[in-house]
Amino acid sequence: MSLRLSLAGLVTGLAIAAASPALAAEGAPKPPAQSWSFSGPFGKFDRAQLQRGFKVAKEVCANCHAMSLIRFRNLAEPGGPGFTPSQVAALAASYTNIKDGPNDSGEMFERPGRPADAFPAPFANEQAARAANGGAYPPPIDMLAKARTYERGFPKFVFDIFTQYQEQGPDYIVALLTGYRDPPAGVTLLPGQNYNNFMPGHLIAMPKPLSDGQVEYPKGPDGKSPVPETVEQYAKDVAAFMVWMAEPHLEARKRLGFQVMIFLALFAGLLYFTKKKIWARLPDHASAH
Amino acid sequence: MSGHSTYQPKTGIERWLDARLPIVRLMHDSAVSYPVPRNLNLLWTFGGILVFMLVAQIITGVILAMHYTPNATMAFNSVEHIMRDVNFGWLLRYLHSNGASMFFVAVYVHIFRGMYYGSYKAPREVLWILGVIIFLLMMATAFMGYVLPWGQMSFWGATVITNLFSALPVIGETIVTFLWGGYSVDNPTLNRFFSLHFLLPFMIAGVVVLHIWALHHVGQNNPTGVEVKDVKKDTVPFTPYATIKDLFGMVCFMLVFAWFVFYQPNFMGHADNYIPANPASTPAHIVPEWYFLPFYAILRAIPDKLGGVLAMGGAIVILAFLPWIDTSKVKSMTYRPIARQFFWMFVLVCIGLGYLGAMPADEPYVTISRILTVLYFGFFLALALIGIFERPAPLPTSIADSVLGGSGARLGHATASEPQAKG
Repeated sequence: MSLRLSLAGLVTGLAIAAASPALAAEGAPKPPAQSWSFSGPFGKFDRAQLQRGFKVAKEVCANCHAMSLIRFRNLAEPGGPGFTPSQVAALAASYTNIKDGPNDSGEMFERPGRPADAFPAPFANEQAARAANGGAYPPPIDMLAKARTYERGFPKFVFDIFTQYQEQGPDYIVALLTGYRDPPAGVTLLPGQNYNNFMPGHLIAMPKPLSDGQVEYPKGPDGKSPVPETVEQYAKDVAAFMVWMAEPHLEARKRLGFQVMIFLALFAGLLYFTKKKIWARLPDHASAH
Repeated sequence: MSGHSTYQPKTGIERWLDARLPIVRLMHDSAVSYPVPRNLNLLWTFGGILVFMLVAQIITGVILAMHYTPNATMAFNSVEHIMRDVNFGWLLRYLHSNGASMFFVAVYVHIFRGMYYGSYKAPREVLWILGVIIFLLMMATAFMGYVLPWGQMSFWGATVITNLFSALPVIGETIVTFLWGGYSVDNPTLNRFFSLHFLLPFMIAGVVVLHIWALHHVGQNNPTGVEVKDVKKDTVPFTPYATIKDLFGMVCFMLVFAWFVFYQPNFMGHADNYIPANPASTPAHIVPEWYFLPFYAILRAIPDKLGGVLAMGGAIVILAFLPWIDTSKVKSMTYRPIARQFFWMFVLVCIGLGYLGAMPADEPYVTISRILTVLYFGFFLALALIGIFERPAPLPTSIADSVLGGSGARLGHATASEPQAKG
């Protein structure tokens, strides 16, 4: 009885937790669930996918979107895309106009990038970004995988506790990047508007960013890219990279989590039997029915 | 319940200290020899779980405060700095943010347990009221803590909730200006919320000391609601019996806690709070944290702003009057066939209100919220009336009889049909 009570209390309390829609996708279909290497309790990033995703982010997204929470050095840290430190140093140095200063004479100056530098933003500030993009602000994409979601609804959000489904963000991003369509009859787009099947309200300022063959992927031994150079593949790869940007310690978290869960489960088991043994000491225990 | 102290100082140092500051005696009497009803179920471990959560929140919170910057332009990025660059910062931050949710899970189980077993009834009224005060302080602390990351939901949640005070006549606007430190939610608001968020947990700890003091003075209630009659037969010493049981409950609770921290750390949060606060852009739905949702639903159910604020406040404050609202002398609802059904309906109403609090303020949600709000307060009216005509089931003669069963329990049928006089 008591166990049932406490469990019921817990489950219901937690169930309320997810009843809160943060971003209702009014009138938009639910993004289809993708399969991700980093989902589930033993999830890990696919290094090759993160490297491809970084290439898409750098060559396409970073032209308008900032990702300044990421520093070059992060790209070589464990649990990330797995670039080597020398690759990262070379990449950082390829940005020659990092603003620094003031120097001893009080002047600001520009220097080549270092691994400790943040990824340079394409615009100096939000106003500059808006001015260059017809009034629309391209949001930073470093946190977007956690800052975007869609409503799961009851009872799915309860099941999510047990299935550990939490990839609403990347699923939504893939759906959005592949969701550009011609507007249906009756919808007229104003200048600067585009039609997207998965955008809440369907109108999005960002023009279709990806097209097939746009980003050249590293070639395999046969001279061809091991994955197709298509919009779908680009979208999946860059979404995976965005999950890593938003949650760079995801692998360490899940790994430590498994150790903690094993420890706690064993500890709870030992405590249970210790408790039984101690309570058996009560003098009238044997006479209890 | 606190009888004669059984502490025997064994060494010279202990005797010396005991004559000057009997602190070891205090700890021995309250955590070792303290008599505990022998029939407590696992729901009684939630008091210990709550102490654990408070300590965990204070420890993680103090360390987080070493790395956090309470400034409107820097707060968001300083939290990301903790998540990315501080050693195990992601763990500290997820422990703290999920810890707040788990704290409320535990406190709601604790409150519902107290309601079911009538733990608020004499002589435990002060104990109960102190608990309601802790609950209010927890809500204030959690609310201010949620503002600190300075994301969209932080900012707009703070704007909506602080604005509620403006509904109060005459002093409302002044209070709001005072809370904000200006004429809108901005940097001064963040600074004072950070300061208060750091202060309030220590005030909670102070009230917790009073709560435990009151508990140890009157003794614990138990699933039968029958008071301890014979300390030898009805109780066991706190250590090792309750200690080991509490520890087991605590570790089971930590398993659930760890599941969220390591596997679902953002399940109980809002995606919008990963967008930096922007006073120029209102989120589509402003929703408080899940543990406020039932009260948020009551607030929105009342068409009048002041009425809504009063109903929301009343929904919490009414708990403090429970000892005098409930007219039944029988404590445990195990022996109250009618009240028990109302209790479970009340639990469902609270869950329903929680769900509605997360929904947009449209039909049919508004109408259902109104019905459930009436039912919420109706429960308290029902408790006042049920006690008058309800015929409780026979109570066991003593705690020992209820545990050991046999002839004692059967004997109980004859003598216990009248409600306990002393309560």
